[in-house]
Amino acid sequence: MSVDAKTSAEVQPRPDLVNLTIDGVPVSVPKGTLIIRAAEMIGTNIPRFCDHPLLDPVGACRQCMVDIPDAGNGRGFPKPQASCTMPVAEGMVVNTQVTSEVAKKAQQGIMEFLLINHPLDCPICDKGGECPLQNQALSHGRGESRFGGLKRTFPKPVNVSAQILLDRERCVLCARCTRFSEQISGDPFIALVERGALQQVGIYEQDPYESYFSGNVVQICPVGALTSAAYRFQSRPFDLVSTTTTCEHCAAGCELRTDHRHHQVKRRLAGNNPAINEEWNCDKGRFGFVSAREDRLKYPLVRRDGVLKPASWPEAIDAAVEGLKKAGEAVGVQTGGRLTVENALGYSRFARAVLGTNNIDFRSRPSSDEEAQFLGAFVAGRAQLRYSDLDAAKRVVLVAFEPEDEMPIAFLRLRKLVRKQGLRVQTIAPFASVGSRKLSAELIAAAPGGEAAALESLTDLDGSAIILVGERAATLPGLLSTVARVADSTGARVAWMPRRAGDKGALDAGCLPGLLPGGRPVTDVAARVDVASAWGVDSLPAGPGLAADEQFAALAAGTLKAVVVAGVEPGDLADPAAALAGLEAADFVVSIEQRPSEVTERADVVFPAALVEEQSGHFRNWEGQDLTVGLVTTATQTPFTDLRILAALADALGKPLGMRTPAAAWTAFHELQDWDGGRPAAPAVAPAAAGEGLVLAGWRELLDASRGNDGEIALRATARRPVLRVSPATAERLGLDEVARVAANGRELVLPVVVTADMVDDVVWAPLNPGEDRLAVVPGRPVAVTAVTFEGGEDA
Amino acid sequence: MTGFLDEWAGFGITFNTMFRKTFTQGYPHKKGEEKVTMPRFHGRHQLNRWPDGLEKCVGCELCAWACPADAIYVEGADNTDENRYSPGERYGHVYQINYLRCIFCGMCIEACPTRALTMTNEFKIADTTRSKLIYTKDELLAPLLPGMEQPPHPRRLGDDEDDYFLGLPPTGELDTRTAARQGVAE
Repeated sequence: MSVDAKTSAEVQPRPDLVNLTIDGVPVSVPKGTLIIRAAEMIGTNIPRFCDHPLLDPVGACRQCMVDIPDAGNGRGFPKPQASCTMPVAEGMVVNTQVTSEVAKKAQQGIMEFLLINHPLDCPICDKGGECPLQNQALSHGRGESRFGGLKRTFPKPVNVSAQILLDRERCVLCARCTRFSEQISGDPFIALVERGALQQVGIYEQDPYESYFSGNVVQICPVGALTSAAYRFQSRPFDLVSTTTTCEHCAAGCELRTDHRHHQVKRRLAGNNPAINEEWNCDKGRFGFVSAREDRLKYPLVRRDGVLKPASWPEAIDAAVEGLKKAGEAVGVQTGGRLTVENALGYSRFARAVLGTNNIDFRSRPSSDEEAQFLGAFVAGRAQLRYSDLDAAKRVVLVAFEPEDEMPIAFLRLRKLVRKQGLRVQTIAPFASVGSRKLSAELIAAAPGGEAAALESLTDLDGSAIILVGERAATLPGLLSTVARVADSTGARVAWMPRRAGDKGALDAGCLPGLLPGGRPVTDVAARVDVASAWGVDSLPAGPGLAADEQFAALAAGTLKAVVVAGVEPGDLADPAAALAGLEAADFVVSIEQRPSEVTERADVVFPAALVEEQSGHFRNWEGQDLTVGLVTTATQTPFTDLRILAALADALGKPLGMRTPAAAWTAFHELQDWDGGRPAAPAVAPAAAGEGLVLAGWRELLDASRGNDGEIALRATARRPVLRVSPATAERLGLDEVARVAANGRELVLPVVVTADMVDDVVWAPLNPGEDRLAVVPGRPVAVTAVTFEGGEDA
Repeated sequence: MTGFLDEWAGFGITFNTMFRKTFTQGYPHKKGEEKVTMPRFHGRHQLNRWPDGLEKCVGCELCAWACPADAIYVEGADNTDENRYSPGERYGHVYQINYLRCIFCGMCIEACPTRALTMTNEFKIADTTRSKLIYTKDELLAPLLPGMEQPPHPRRLGDDEDDYFLGLPPTGELDTRTAARQGVAE
């Protein structure tokens, strides 16, 4: 029997579904479905502008008109109705433009109205070629305009923010941008203002549109009204070659669509991965890519007579090998947190099987032994929770974790759950940050160092709660131990939320001194034998390895001779001065980097590594999901990835690495992921007594002075203004008024003071990397704060 | 049967030719008799200018999109008040036509939304290298007529875009506006 022969009578209606007829075709859809989506199920595309599946329906553009001769109660609507706001009803009859002249005429009329004031400047519009208005005007509009008058014009473009530009005459008032800002990101700084033909998207003059998610409004704008300063006039859609890839900025694992023209990345869009980022991404992921191509290292450098000079690859490899051979096993390896899984495995194997040392650390940030233990016991080599587990949770406790700044897509997910499911979010922090307020989070106020006690005071945790603990917990002694203990006793589940895209992958690849790939403890003989046989070496080093900070100290002390450094910014570490002193004192420094840095300046041999867009591979996000990194451009400025450089070094050292392509490394990585042997014990560090005096609280804001976006002028201009936050009592005690100086370890920061009502007393909050000047102290340590007064009035 | 002179016979032809009158096909065949094409002949392209010398090209790439031979390469860029090449916001920053590829079909002319790109009757495009046959923007731009000024310079036919474009004569009539009329010294 053919499908056509099946009549409506033969299709058994399902009782839990609503049955209606669209264009004469019977459709059964769940209750509450909108007509526009029900029509999609039978392959009918009703034209639309304001409708977006992830935004609440609004019916603003009126383009999706359909005729409803029977609303299910036997009576029809006298006039066409907007199908994007009307849910289906049992027995409803809907006629779309396919079968109904009424609907077709209504849609054509609306389209004509929308186009009356639309400038039709498609040739110079960034959206031209991929524009829903352009496409639907062709598919559902009349060919000719009957409008003969002058079109409304506005001065253009208007800066909604430094990054987002608005061409008001192109706008069709669909309210997608304002709904996104209000419903999804929670930054309602744009709104529709004025009325009638002058209605437009406006900003509050006092409060600029500073959102971490502003790029999404450009992507969802169905016309070219919102464009970004970064991409404006850069290219036309038909020039671009798109590649699906994964964002390299944070551990959220957002899917991206990266577009390049002539081997130069022009823009990045949010990909559609409903399990992770839905259809959104953050501005750092969207706009933070130009920096990477401005000041590339293009050829190897070798230090001769104290000066770094360009060298050929064979020369540089020979020089590196000579230095590494001289150092023997007294070598350290630091990978940084931004490597693909394949590259991370390359470093792990290079350190252990080629150099014969366990001195390897991926943590280019303040870290602790307690953290290493915690990661070994609970995180390494295991899948963590998923975004879907967050969906199912009743309660989420944020510990030393500020999702909006440290993992924006996790923030959007939490905000959606708060809004749609009434998720209860509690945050253990010194004050309710902007992000916490947008999550309607309950503040459990705790000064840095007091988080452990605050967590233990939550006596009503149970299995439906999830504790998200950020990487900053490493700097707070006893906190990770407490998290593990509380989770164990209450049944609450825990996820460790790293900040950098390569952190989880590096951990699972064995880039910690005490951990081999797959979370195998180095101290376990069976684990070492397992890995040694997989790698085809006789044995692996068994001794304890040095963590990042210890490596720099050992370099300064002379017990470590050489170091191989990739992607580490000394300023990110707990003690930048010690790191730089270590690099200065080292006999030999090999730097594998993409751009000149403080490390390459002090290196003896510098190898230029390929950018993430110039290689394929995988990132493992915080959940433990493997996400593909696509090869965006094949015209690379430097031919070698980190992995290929290490393979060349290993060959020259006479101990082959055993893999030189991402594909080989990926296979090798998966061979070592199953481990059912012992794990390191959970850490049991007692929380330190709360520090006396004024202590620092802080985290790195999303848009700060990090190397990932230092060339993005427009993006940096949308960053939050750096401020110092203190409680009213502390401000009064210290006599702080407008501007204050915070100082520790010889570095200081002068910032405006914001007195924050809910701030814990005797705590000063400062952003950790706001610009050129940054503090060299980790949160929880004492700092000195003094008021800065400007004497002499305006002359000062 | 070989004779002593046979080996030298070939040189005879050579010497003969050396003293023969040379034949070179000149062009034009006679001075003053250049080939005159039909007025709508599809010849080399030209990028036109507004009467004040600003460029009409907005860098929209529609010509490149329309080109069946993929002979056109365009990159757009932003005008600024200090660096203005066209009256609007956007101008063609890079403009190249590869005449090794061009088939002179004129689709680009049809696609051009601003009448910036038209074709001249120029057909003598032969040259000696490939790179010389990729014409760049400076070779394609129309010559400066009296009253025109080499961009970048501010708009001379109106203070803003509205003035500039709304001052245009009706369709079908010549744009006779001149920069001088706007009170700019020539």
